[in-house]
Amino acid sequence: MMHVVLAVTAVIFSLAAAGAIIRIARGPSLLDRVLAADVLLAILGGALCIDMAVNRHLNNLMLVVAISIIGFIGSVTVARFVADRRVKPNDS
Amino acid sequence: MIPDFSGPDAWIDAVSAVFMVVGALMSLGAAIGLLRFPDLLSRMHAATKPQVLGLFLLLAAIGLQMRTWWVWPVLVVAWIFQLLTVPVSAHMVGRAGYRTKHLHRELLTADELEAVVQKAAAEAARKDSPDGGR
Repeated sequence: MMHVVLAVTAVIFSLAAAGAIIRIARGPSLLDRVLAADVLLAILGGALCIDMAVNRHLNNLMLVVAISIIGFIGSVTVARFVADRRVKPNDS
Repeated sequence: MIPDFSGPDAWIDAVSAVFMVVGALMSLGAAIGLLRFPDLLSRMHAATKPQVLGLFLLLAAIGLQMRTWWVWPVLVVAWIFQLLTVPVSAHMVGRAGYRTKHLHRELLTADELEAVVQKAAAEAARKDSPDGGR
């Protein structure tokens, strides 16, 4: 049964990652791309979790914890840059 | 291929398999939402699904598959930190999106930030005026 689950989730994650990558490529604004990159990171963490659960090991557990702790820094940084660039439209 | 549901092991396997498939479907739902929704704020709504509920289901599947108790605190730590950090990035991205006008105003039912922004702009204009606002 676990192999069926692995195949099904692999297909689902592949489709989801493809959708997120399409939004990264097409996204009209920078913030759309950041949001899609966040979703791609969540998909990666989910794939690591599936690998651990199906194969019954814990090799990636610290990686999942680290992703959940510091994964937000990238999008916060980019959002800060966007805000800084547009906050004073009358400058220069 | 068909497991016998006589012992608890098969039931735990079945529950964790359901968790894994539903958790993966959360990611697919987020991707579909990213592709289909019209503006940044509604896309943010879709993007939170795999980050919170999807991660919860997959971590629960790990805990069920490992059949040990000591792994649960680590999984809880991972989920708690995700719950603590995701709103920070969502707040920053949403605020920056509001500021840079990446939203469709006609789709909003309420805009509670509008009044705050107007008040701050009026205050800044009063401070910038030559007579110091008097």
